[in-house]
Amino acid sequence: MGILDTLFGRTKPVQPKLDDLFALPGAAIQLQAATGFTPTGSGSVCFRAVEGKTFGDIQKDVRELLDMDTGKPGEAGLPVEVTKDDYGYTWLVSNHMSDEMDGLVTDLHAVNTALADNGFGPQLLCTLVAFRDDEHRPFALVYLYKRGTFYPFAPMPGRQDRRDNALEMQVKGVLENELKIEQDLARWFPVWGAPGL
Amino acid sequence: MATHTRYAPDRGLTVRMTATMFLLGLVFVAFVALIIGILTAVHASSGAIIFFALVFGGGTAFISLFYSDKIALSAAGAREVTPQEAPKLHAVVDRLCALADMDKPRVAIAPTDLPNAFATGRNSKNSVLCVTDGLLRRLEDDELEGVLAHELSHVAHKDVQVMTYASLLAIVAGLLVRFAFYSELFGGGRRSSNDGNAALIIPLIMLVSAVVYAISFLLIRLLSRYRELAADRSGALLTGQPSSLASALQKVSGAMSRIPTKDLRAAESLNAFYFAPAMRLNGKSLANVFSTHPSLERRLEELAKVQKQLGQVAQDNR
Repeated sequence: MGILDTLFGRTKPVQPKLDDLFALPGAAIQLQAATGFTPTGSGSVCFRAVEGKTFGDIQKDVRELLDMDTGKPGEAGLPVEVTKDDYGYTWLVSNHMSDEMDGLVTDLHAVNTALADNGFGPQLLCTLVAFRDDEHRPFALVYLYKRGTFYPFAPMPGRQDRRDNALEMQVKGVLENELKIEQDLARWFPVWGAPGL
Repeated sequence: MATHTRYAPDRGLTVRMTATMFLLGLVFVAFVALIIGILTAVHASSGAIIFFALVFGGGTAFISLFYSDKIALSAAGAREVTPQEAPKLHAVVDRLCALADMDKPRVAIAPTDLPNAFATGRNSKNSVLCVTDGLLRRLEDDELEGVLAHELSHVAHKDVQVMTYASLLAIVAGLLVRFAFYSELFGGGRRSSNDGNAALIIPLIMLVSAVVYAISFLLIRLLSRYRELAADRSGALLTGQPSSLASALQKVSGAMSRIPTKDLRAAESLNAFYFAPAMRLNGKSLANVFSTHPSLERRLEELAKVQKQLGQVAQDNR
């Protein structure tokens, strides 16, 4: 924020950085090779809904757009789920087959562009892509739109509000060259029970 | 297409704030010029008084700026809480900070039934966000989020810094009145022997300082009200839910009027950084001039504007 914005008490809502998402498929391969975590094929976009009909209409359009490939022969698309979490944020969950990382990322990107093009870019919070290993441990890579960075999130299965920091640091090391990893650890905020995880 | 924004700054507010700050600056310059003028006109030795007032006032402001978070927390009897102690509160702040791309402030809870919240600290790294028990109990989740977004906007706007610099002049002028008064009481005889005019200087400085203090006091209050409106606006834009903040405001102000005045007076020292003033003001025009916060009606009116702006159909903007 510039000095003028400080003086006048204005905050310019931060516009999201979108294109870094396309680094995900490459990172997924790297992650699988190094740690054994494979994509589950589901990913989600989390945003803060704005009150009023305009935003609702856009949300509906996005849903229809993503559901277009559902049920077509030769397409394995599953319907998009929409959930609202306890904090009032909306999650759009897109489900693909586990080897369709490109399709998933394209879907996620479509949601971003639809919101950003309609002027609601600042409402985007994060995108999450889910992984599992052989022991079915959950793991997610979270993309922070406002910083254009990724961070790992590994909730401990069966233990409430505990995260596996060791695994997270390990993944940070593995993916450092593939993705822009968030360097400020204070910003690795947990998303407990996130849809799609 | 992607460049258009629904989040245009409120020009009217910017203009009003500029005017207020310009006037404050003007008063400051006039004050300094007058004091220098008075001193050079009479070759007086009372420069020491002014020097002391500046050092003392500046020192006070500096200390209060640097320790604002600690001072405010201990004045409110608040305690910092960890994410384990208050997971929900931390999670809401986490998300808001991620949305706004700002550093997360520390989070504290004050054991007060008075529903209120404040944020203080000289910059976003050293700031603390405090809510009272009463607020947590009374507000729904979305309303609480609205209030927290308002407080985070104060942090982002560096309101503590801006208001400290703005009040520096008032502090110095206030001290000058006091110093001049005491030196008149205790040191009058000695000075009159070497300079006839000196007897006049001290009362003159006192008068000028008093006037400057009064004017800058009103301007600072005006600036404070504008900054509250600015924080309301930024907070509502951040969450995208102006109506939640509006209903929180109504709840807090409504509940406020039922609380006995004795409790309220104890909370008065923190007023400037609170979310709603802890004083009973009945919307009289004179009370409005002195208050640190705009009236509830004014705040609701401005939030309605934000609501309209967010609901605009995209085509209008293209």
